[in-house]
Amino acid sequence: MYRIVKKRLLAQGIALLEVEAAAVAAKVEPGQFVIVRVDEVGERIPLTVMDFNREKGTITIVVQDVGYSSAIITQMNEGDEFQDFVGPLGVASEIEKYGTVVCIGGGLGIAPIHPIARGLKDAGNHVISVLGSRSADLLILEDEMRAVSNEVVIATNDGSAGVKGFVTDGLAKVLSDGHKVDAIWAIGPMIMMKAVVEYTRPLGLKTIVSMNPIMVDGTGMCGACRVSVGNETKFACVDGPEFDGHLVDFDLAMKRLAFYKDEENRAKARLECHHEGGHH
Amino acid sequence: MAANKIPRHEMPCQDSKVRAHNFEEVALGYTQEMAVEEAKRCLQCKKPLCRTGCPVEVLIPDFVKQIAEENFEEAARILKVKNSLPAVCGRVCPQESQCESKCILGIKGESVAIGRLERFAADFGMKSKAAQIEKVEPSGKRVAIIGAGPAGLACAGDLAKAGHAVTVFEALHVAGGVLMYGIPQFRLPKDIVQTEIDTLKKMGVEILTNQVVGKVTSVDELMENGYDAVFIGTGAGLPYFMNIPGENLNGVYSANEFLTRTNLMKGYKFPDYATPVKVGKNVAVLGAGNVAMDSARTALRLGAENVYIIYRRSRDEMPARKEELEHAEEEGIQFRLLTNPVSIEGDERSWVKSLTCLRYELGEPDASGRRSPVPIPGSEFEIEMDTVVVAIGQGPNPLVTTSTPGLELNKRGNIVADPETLMTSKPGVFAGGDIVTGAATVILAMGAGKKAAAGIDAYLKTK
Ligand SMILES: Cc1cc2nc3c(=O)[nH]c(=O)nc-3n(C[C@H](O)[C@H](O)[C@H](O)COP(=O)(O)OP(=O)(O)OC[C@H]3O[C@@H](n4cnc5c(N)ncnc54)[C@H](O)[C@@H]3O)c2cc1C
Ligand SMILES: Cc1cc2nc3c(=O)[nH]c(=O)nc-3n(C[C@H](O)[C@H](O)[C@H](O)COP(=O)(O)OP(=O)(O)OC[C@H]3O[C@@H](n4cnc5c(N)ncnc54)[C@H](O)[C@@H]3O)c2cc1C
Ligand code: SF4
Ligand code: SF4
Ligand code: FES
Ligand SMILES: [Mg+2]
Repeated sequence: MYRIVKKRLLAQGIALLEVEAAAVAAKVEPGQFVIVRVDEVGERIPLTVMDFNREKGTITIVVQDVGYSSAIITQMNEGDEFQDFVGPLGVASEIEKYGTVVCIGGGLGIAPIHPIARGLKDAGNHVISVLGSRSADLLILEDEMRAVSNEVVIATNDGSAGVKGFVTDGLAKVLSDGHKVDAIWAIGPMIMMKAVVEYTRPLGLKTIVSMNPIMVDGTGMCGACRVSVGNETKFACVDGPEFDGHLVDFDLAMKRLAFYKDEENRAKARLECHHEGGHH
Repeated sequence: MAANKIPRHEMPCQDSKVRAHNFEEVALGYTQEMAVEEAKRCLQCKKPLCRTGCPVEVLIPDFVKQIAEENFEEAARILKVKNSLPAVCGRVCPQESQCESKCILGIKGESVAIGRLERFAADFGMKSKAAQIEKVEPSGKRVAIIGAGPAGLACAGDLAKAGHAVTVFEALHVAGGVLMYGIPQFRLPKDIVQTEIDTLKKMGVEILTNQVVGKVTSVDELMENGYDAVFIGTGAGLPYFMNIPGENLNGVYSANEFLTRTNLMKGYKFPDYATPVKVGKNVAVLGAGNVAMDSARTALRLGAENVYIIYRRSRDEMPARKEELEHAEEEGIQFRLLTNPVSIEGDERSWVKSLTCLRYELGEPDASGRRSPVPIPGSEFEIEMDTVVVAIGQGPNPLVTTSTPGLELNKRGNIVADPETLMTSKPGVFAGGDIVTGAATVILAMGAGKKAAAGIDAYLKTK
């Protein structure tokens, strides 16, 4: 069993959990993810690693309540245990010295961008992080990101912090400040990653995105996670999750996320009914 | 009546109309009376041809004789001499092309129902008190096994009996391989597989789940960390797609995903179990092997109205076990033979809407003597469809092989192993089962695991 040793609520419905998983912590690299299962009847839920501590043997994940299983996970507490916790999965980010790198994290995407920014900075890059959220109160991990970036630009949709607008507006600011950017990492909702990629395509700026399709095993066995990259079918769990954003078919990827919408709504409704009525 | 005049005993089964809507086991197993009567049909041949048809040469006449004499426990014990998983093999071996195809009675009439008898004796052995586990002298050697499918489990069992300390590393959250995630409950109840795994644990085999070798550790690291030998039994888990337009639409599954959601994750009990699986009214399964039959029959049980098997060749070439074909037909699976899908069409929301196929006819015999199918030009037709399950085969998963430098592979990505010892190009590293042969059968994988255990034991003695 994999015990939660620390829990922190980062914003409404977003929890940070530090979990004992020594074998995973010994091997994980930025960009990789884990799959967790709450209990015997639980789903296998993929979550990107936000931080790791090799000495303590822990992995930190950040989870947003978007449905049945993530609701249960965000309500878990210190001392609670995951039944299963497997990883590290996926290919690690290609951390090397590029020069100036922009790390864009949108919403929950700030969590997975964190270890990548740190890795890039440690590799000698000038790291400019662009953090986006709907409003200031939903902006997570700002301090942690400042600690691993040379510069931070914030963009909120309502203008309650930083630039008013989207992460693309934050990126526009970085570019207009005259930075010569050598590579970009962009992680967040598919729609955000698509917007960034459309923005950087005409500029010819290398843009890496991290895909989050529906997964089951995470080992290349089921094919649920297939994404179309450069007109080739790839399995995001083993070939990715990071890909060259300019080659990704985002429209297809977004549609595939809706595969189980009906069932997911049923499960969520049941959870809410449990909460209100306390019966099953 | 002479033994060979008694007709072969039919297997009692759940009624096809009832079972098409539940996940309970289809075949119910012989009663003691049936088993004894069936066993008495065996001629106890001096040169039992049946054994030559079994990949692990189960002591067939010997165990059958014990059933005939009502020594069921002894029958179970004899089975286990050659076969670590008789309750599984009795259910899933393609007996008609193996042991039973060679039985002397089959020449003029019907062969002895060896598989059914095997299942009967093995189940009896399981129900009666757990097999005694003998204490063995520890050898002081440690062996790591990668993959807890039939190959890995059989290898683990034999190595433990030889006194070696065995640790199994399994990627998924349960052990069993395809027996757990692929073959459905209604054909192979999961508690049978679990009982076998529990027996191994009682023998001292350590099984670590959630360990993806190639990620959390590697073959070289295992060797550096004190394992004296490694066995790779990672199977053929990489699903093939057809590469036709529309395969990434919603509603298209690989058979692996469809079966994993249903069996491993128990999606058929959604929402009590949290993993969803869905089928529409009309389901097409592409392919005609065991995996395809399992997918089709699963779709039916999940509530589909029309389930089609779509296959390019003709009935005779369908690779599935005979019993599964018959059961599928009885349950109402519809076969569209000499038919090949060319594209899948979607609606505006990117959901499967229809399947376009081309009709085929049998042409001239090819080099192998089989008449190969040739497409009939202009014969395209479209069938309305909500769900498509691609079950055209699986290849080797590259996670272990690509993370192991110096491991020789063939051009399909399978590991090359010495046919006698199953040692690979890396000293001390052995491999067997589907990762070596390509997708095959449970009994072949199990046999390979046992052969590798012998190879490993011999290797460890030289060290
Ligand atoms: C590689 C990867 C990394 C991820 N990292 C994080 C992370 O760090 N933090 C975080 O909060 N979320 C992350 N996600 C998304 C997270 O897995 C989903 O939000 C979660 O599975 C939703 O499950 P649910 O039961 O709560 O919601 P549901 O109501 O079941 O689903 C809500 C939506 O989530 C998506 N989803 C559902 N099931 C899965 C699944 N098995 N795999 C992937 N997506 C699914 C679908 O789009 C669905 O419509 C990641 C996904 C992937 C693939
Ligand atoms: C749906 C279906 C139905 C079938 N029906 C029949 C039948 O009726 N009769 C029959 O004889 N055969 C049948 N087969 C074939 C049979 O199941 C296989 O030939 C057999 O299971 C192969 O055994 P194996 O041990 O080589 O591999 P598998 O059973 O595939 O087991 C391999 C194990 O290794 C694990 N693994 C893989 N990669 C890693 C890694 N990197 N690290 C750790 N663990 C890893 C996997 O998770 C898995 O548990 C069927 C197969 C399928 C898919
Ligand atoms: S293991 Fe399979 S092939 Fe061998 S005797 Fe048993 S059923 Fe027949
Ligand atoms: S060949 Fe048939 S009749 Fe002869 S021993 Fe084997 S099972 Fe019995
Ligand atoms: S999640 Fe199953 S292959 Fe990627
Ligand atoms: Mg869910």
